[in-house]
Amino acid sequence: MTAVTTAKFSLITVAVAAIVMAIAHAIGVDYLYFASYTILQFIVLATAWNILGGYCGYVNFGSAAFFAMGAYASVFMHKFYPVPIPVLIVIGALVSGIAGLGMGYLTLRLRGSFFAIATLALAVVLQTLVVNWDFVGGSRGAYIIRPETLELPGGIEINYIEYLFFLMLALTVIALITARTIERSQLGFGFATIRDDELAAEASGVPTLRLKLIATTLSGAFMGMAGAPFPYYIGYLQPSSAFGLEYAVNSIAMPMIGGTTSWVGPLVGAILLGSAQQYATVTISSAVNLLIVGLMLVGFVIIAPNGIVGLVQERLRKWRQP
Amino acid sequence: MSALLHVDNITKRFGGFVALDGIDLEVQPGERLGLIGPNGSGKSTLVNCICGTLQNENGHVRFDGQKLDGLAAHQRTHRGLARSFQLPRPFHSMNLVDNLRIPLLYTVHARIGPLRSTRDLDSRCLELLEMVGLAAKAKQMPRDLTQVEMRKLELARAVGAEPKLLIADESMAGLSHSEIDDILKLLMRLNERGITIIMIEHIMSAVMSFSQRLAVLVSGKKVADGKPEDVVRDPEVVRAYLGQ
Repeated sequence: MTAVTTAKFSLITVAVAAIVMAIAHAIGVDYLYFASYTILQFIVLATAWNILGGYCGYVNFGSAAFFAMGAYASVFMHKFYPVPIPVLIVIGALVSGIAGLGMGYLTLRLRGSFFAIATLALAVVLQTLVVNWDFVGGSRGAYIIRPETLELPGGIEINYIEYLFFLMLALTVIALITARTIERSQLGFGFATIRDDELAAEASGVPTLRLKLIATTLSGAFMGMAGAPFPYYIGYLQPSSAFGLEYAVNSIAMPMIGGTTSWVGPLVGAILLGSAQQYATVTISSAVNLLIVGLMLVGFVIIAPNGIVGLVQERLRKWRQP
Repeated sequence: MSALLHVDNITKRFGGFVALDGIDLEVQPGERLGLIGPNGSGKSTLVNCICGTLQNENGHVRFDGQKLDGLAAHQRTHRGLARSFQLPRPFHSMNLVDNLRIPLLYTVHARIGPLRSTRDLDSRCLELLEMVGLAAKAKQMPRDLTQVEMRKLELARAVGAEPKLLIADESMAGLSHSEIDDILKLLMRLNERGITIIMIEHIMSAVMSFSQRLAVLVSGKKVADGKPEDVVRDPEVVRAYLGQ
């Protein structure tokens, strides 16, 4: 296999993103931006989940909480001191990253299903907090009126949804480059030893606790980033939508279906599941989304337990050594 | 000469069960120590307390002149204390070369700074594989290995951390005679290179031919410690192994 350096990979990813942006702009239909934004958002979420769940083997059921923290940090700033969305993304990353670090510190002595249950509990606790916090709308929710256009310096006006789409595309690029860089670094090797055998990892000198904290922080931060622009996208944010089951389930199912051991898995899984969901939303109903996820997950667990990437790798191995 | 490893009055309880009861043990630099005892006598618990997998309630472990109390397992590995596991625990998602890369990346780097280039790392991994006779399987996965190869990989990974002291926890259990000889030769070679070795083993012929000194644990207590020939004739050791 030829080695593609991180710099080359980054260039390729940015180029692909630029082409996607150009095509979307050429088509110029608002719906396309809305639909693609959701898919991109799921690529970021799935990639973020995979840093902890795929690389380290710690299943996080609380993705929705980190996503919602990013979203509610934006609502808070919108009411308190409005700043541009890129700044909100940084704030969302900080808030959710710190929350990830804290969650890691409290829960990482737990293993397997106990860790998963603890993350689920965190989501419930945070949702209860937000429901009772009046400043960010409480259970009523919060309205954020999305402007029609964004005025850039120099007097150029662009469609606001196109702007949001562009931001999420940039986040996707950053998330994918980060995930791939981790995979090929010393950190990635360390993460894999945690997934394989923590005792053996410690015996080989891997500081497992520190590495797990790095993973929860990074994973949380990316989920927060994905959530930060969400209030502007959706226009009306309420706890039940920000903490929706949809986010927790999708961010697990997408990497599982795509394959959890490499950055390609969450990307493939998110594009596949995300597009299927968008299609179903338009043609049948949005309520059918979770059903699709469930059926696909069951199907893949049976047919390809290591996801699409795992299936392809297996085929390639067999093909090379007949 | 001061001892490399100094275990001082270690006690470990699991609930009401006393697994280790005031164990004292010294190991000199370059020594080959055999540690034996019936099943459940606390051998593995002692190893776990020395290596930091378990924390002992009483007593101290001193290694190379420094106290290890409260240090995590990986910190002890960084200081030159390596172990192999009784049941091999390879990193099953990585091939053999990558398995050996881990102690180099995380322990040798931590000790001497990241001097090695990727090429140096690769060649060092291959050297380790050659040492245990697995170089031909460098790109294979641990699941493709036989039992004895798995034990060799386990030892190679421990040696990869460039330890001063290697604790081999039953690395010969369940192997055939020729395979046992293989592992024995390997351990002897490592010892000749200056690595102090504690061998935990049930197979008496192997322990007797390997050890310069023998320590015996029975029910969490050390009942004998001395020359192998003397220890196996010790009435208390005979009683523990054969009953009365």
